Amino acid sequence: MKFKLALAQINTKLGNLEANTRRHEEVIAQAAGEGASLVVFPELSLSGYLLKDLTMDSALDPACAAPLKHLAANRSQTACAVGFVEQSRDFKYYNSLAYLDGGSIQFVHRKIYLPTYGMFDEKRFFAAGDTLRPVDTRFGRLGFLICEDIWHFSTAYLLAHQGALMIVASIAGPGRGVRGANDILGSAASWELLARTVAQFNTVFFVTVNRVGFEDGLNFFGASLVVDPYGNILARGKTFDEDLVIAEIDFDLVRRARAQVPLLRDEKIELTLRELERISREKFLLE
Amino acid sequence: MDITSDLVGVLPPLNSGLATQITTRFISEELHKAGFEKVVVGLSGGIDSSVVASLAVRALGPAHVTGILMPYRMSSPDSLSDAHGLADKLGIPREVFDVSPIADGFLSRKEKMGNTRQGNVLARARMIVLYDFSAELPALVLGTSNKTEILLGYGTLFGDLASALNPVGDLYKTEIRQLAKFLDIPEKIIAKPPTADLWAGQSDEGELGFSDAEVDRLLYHRVDLGFSPDRLVEMGFDKKFVVRVLELIRRNQFKRCGPLICKLSPRTVTHDFLYPRDWGM
Repeated sequence: MKFKLALAQINTKLGNLEANTRRHEEVIAQAAGEGASLVVFPELSLSGYLLKDLTMDSALDPACAAPLKHLAANRSQTACAVGFVEQSRDFKYYNSLAYLDGGSIQFVHRKIYLPTYGMFDEKRFFAAGDTLRPVDTRFGRLGFLICEDIWHFSTAYLLAHQGALMIVASIAGPGRGVRGANDILGSAASWELLARTVAQFNTVFFVTVNRVGFEDGLNFFGASLVVDPYGNILARGKTFDEDLVIAEIDFDLVRRARAQVPLLRDEKIELTLRELERISREKFLLE
Repeated sequence: MDITSDLVGVLPPLNSGLATQITTRFISEELHKAGFEKVVVGLSGGIDSSVVASLAVRALGPAHVTGILMPYRMSSPDSLSDAHGLADKLGIPREVFDVSPIADGFLSRKEKMGNTRQGNVLARARMIVLYDFSAELPALVLGTSNKTEILLGYGTLFGDLASALNPVGDLYKTEIRQLAKFLDIPEKIIAKPPTADLWAGQSDEGELGFSDAEVDRLLYHRVDLGFSPDRLVEMGFDKKFVVRVLELIRRNQFKRCGPLICKLSPRTVTHDFLYPRDWGM
């Protein structure tokens, strides 16, 4: 399977769903014009990130949300993954990513790891997701994660072992780290190291799509990445500026990488599970 | 104080190019999305306001940055001429507004105010002038307080601490100096001892009793890296210095917060009415 993937490295208006939906439409049309058949957007791309009490005001019920349906039925029949605040039927709010294709919402990933430290305060406003499943799409089996999810190594591992050929992490990564000898932003360097490691250790395509712009003084630095299953960077978005990154994804590369380095085949899942169960049991003794 | 020990960490050099990219984008984006095209900066002839004005010119172009020079009759004439020199160099429009009548109109009716209170009156007089120019143009007021001053509380509440956007509030004073060199601020401005110029012969270092370099190293290890006070003393910082600086940080927390609101209802502004400032933008 070969297809053109587009990373929509956009800025958003905080809590302004209408303006952001229009922006999504424009970018999807532009990406389709460049031959992309899948467009992935950053974390909370329909609402903006630093919502605080706007979380409730920006929430969408996937069952009836007009913006999601509207984007799913886009004219160019392009598949897309968009970030939004999901309101569940029992009135919880999730930091979610919807995979849209063929006029409908095919899959929703709810962010599992909600950072609540330093500048982050997500648990104050969001409920955490508690499942981790890939989704079968017309491109093959894909895994979707949101930002902090990927800083926990188990998430990519679990998706890769369920057959995901490409893992997409939608992120809203604030830039920081302007000291020292490094020529690039500290947080951009961390993300790059992480992305290459995740791709290589799981022999998958790994994609980060980060947004740009400022919210209350926080800057989102862009520099979205497409990494191949060997850990090579295939494409990189501009730093700080909006960008539409187009990359050709060829899943035959996953086959070849896994033939050369069959890490997933050789993985001892039962051993991992046994040890995890023991660790989970003994954790109480250690404390 | 032993600051030469090998065990003592240093504040790593600033990547001035990156800091300039981020702060100029900050000025431009936060300004424009609030619906403004222009900024005003109070130009004192010192390094902080020179750096902020220079960043603003890079972000917006000289026509959108107005330098406001606000001398007091006791201010050093050098400060005024340095501010003019900088405005010339940057090619920005400027306004000179002597704050002596405002300040003296108040000061002449009070006795035995002491330097601190007089300094506060001057800082607030300048705030009145800056905010009125910002309403007239219209423009937003750029703040010039650096991280060292904000942490130590070396600023006047509703005076020089008042601003709409502060591009340099996360840079220590020694980092401002590095950025100033990168931005090609005149050496004369970089080299002169920092002063709030609130009274003749005032210098920040004289008032605080320690140098920027010393206190910035301490603040960096405490605030940025999270070292414990004991660890700071082990590193070679004088214990009295550590205690004094940490106490200054604590005691001045009020200057970094809005007024406390007494909670009575289920939803109270500042407590649980938590909207971002960039709401809808």
